[in-house]
Amino acid sequence: MNCEECKQRPATVHLTQMYNGQKKELHLCEQCAAQKGAYMFDLAKFSLPNLLGTFLGGNLGQQHMQAVGQARTCPNCGMNFADISQTGKLGCSECYAAFDGELEPTLRRVHGNSQHIGKVPARGGEKVMVKKQIEELKTRLQKAVAEEQYEKAAEIRDSIKELEKKLS
Amino acid sequence: MHADDLLNSNYVKWMLAEEAPASDIVISSRIRLARNLNLIPFPHLLDQKSGERSLAEIQAAWQKSQDPILREMELLTFDQLSPLDRQILVEKHLISPNHAAANEHYRGLLVNRDGALAIMINEEDHLRIQCLLPGLQVEACYEMAERIDDQLEKNLNFAFDESRGYLTACPTNVGTGMRASVMLHLPAITLTGLANAIFQNIAQLGMTVRGLYGEGSEVVGNLYQVSNQVTLGQSEEDIINNLTTITAQMVDQERIMRSRLANETRFQLEDRVGRAFGILTNARIMTSNEALNLLSDVRLGVDLGIIKDIRPFALNELMAAVSPAHLQKRSGQEMDPFQRDVKRAEVIKEKLG
Repeated sequence: MNCEECKQRPATVHLTQMYNGQKKELHLCEQCAAQKGAYMFDLAKFSLPNLLGTFLGGNLGQQHMQAVGQARTCPNCGMNFADISQTGKLGCSECYAAFDGELEPTLRRVHGNSQHIGKVPARGGEKVMVKKQIEELKTRLQKAVAEEQYEKAAEIRDSIKELEKKLS
Repeated sequence: MHADDLLNSNYVKWMLAEEAPASDIVISSRIRLARNLNLIPFPHLLDQKSGERSLAEIQAAWQKSQDPILREMELLTFDQLSPLDRQILVEKHLISPNHAAANEHYRGLLVNRDGALAIMINEEDHLRIQCLLPGLQVEACYEMAERIDDQLEKNLNFAFDESRGYLTACPTNVGTGMRASVMLHLPAITLTGLANAIFQNIAQLGMTVRGLYGEGSEVVGNLYQVSNQVTLGQSEEDIINNLTTITAQMVDQERIMRSRLANETRFQLEDRVGRAFGILTNARIMTSNEALNLLSDVRLGVDLGIIKDIRPFALNELMAAVSPAHLQKRSGQEMDPFQRDVKRAEVIKEKLG
């Protein structure tokens, strides 16, 4: 199939977008898709899922369109990033890892951040808590060394080693 | 079965304004935590099999818990709830309109006796833990919601990622998965035309303002829902502190404007309140929006002591009682909009007259 825009180069990028509830499919070559990316952003309807879809699609338009062309899917639920862009929703917990790179700019745009600093679940997050403890101890270790409290530093180092055993 | 009481009476905990802090302005406070089960597709992708599995896992975790707060809850799955009953739960703010509109039998609700605690099952996320209390009590809401979260987490494997936090179907909720909100009654700020300027400031602080039924709903009766926009990169404590601080400022502002109205335009204010009360207690046909707007004027009159013998609780109760599903439940029949408008006028007259 050739690109719908220039009708010359082969279509390697396949996009599905929703406009006012109407599904629209586009088959483009990379060059035309890159131009089209910005244009579609303007047309998007501003309800939240669409807006979010546009955020996701917008990143896609400028940077990662090739990824969609390759139709990478989540190994757990089978969603690809075009599905996610369209609905504004991920498919399952594993999508976050599968599309980590694509999500990063979106999360920054929506939240101004991409790193969680809140609550950690006690059970599933045990490792996370240990890691956080280790980080904390390392800071204390540096401080102890800087203050030449070597006995204390040795104690802290031992605790860090203990905790690191838990992780492995 | 206490769920029957919840469906048949008007009362829910958040209506109990009398002893709640700042309840002359803050109608209610809410915390909602979004949680998902690891590996099971998010609800919008669930089919019958995975949907039933998700429900079964949540049900089992609930039943295993020894905490009295969870033991006291009751499970209502959607095959037990008629569309009318679901709408009743929406009008009481116990489930979302989207949840009510869906039909899958593996959707449901865990709810306690007074409706302060509600867990939507298989809504946009597998679990939406909600605590809803009267007045400005965001922190107390969080304590209860967190306790439920901790209890359920003992027996459920929640989807969590070290750097992204709690994983949710929509990336706008990822991180804490927490939405903290307050429902504010701001007639004086609205009347004096200050509302828009204030809400623009709020938006810059990472908060959003919505109508009575949350996302996509219009503002009626001078009731505004303010909630946090950001869920990632801020701790629960920060979010709650921000919301509480902003709310306290809005409460101050509203009080200042109310006292200015009362001092500088006493006659106009009393006239407005009196007319609203007159219409509410004498009208024969009353639309929902008209009722909510007039009830707002009466509420202001009650708060400022212009009307003396009406309790704020009665006004909160009326907000639910005059909603379409409550009217139909009360009449025991389906009603067209006109019949509802007539019934609504009757219910209000009975309550306030």
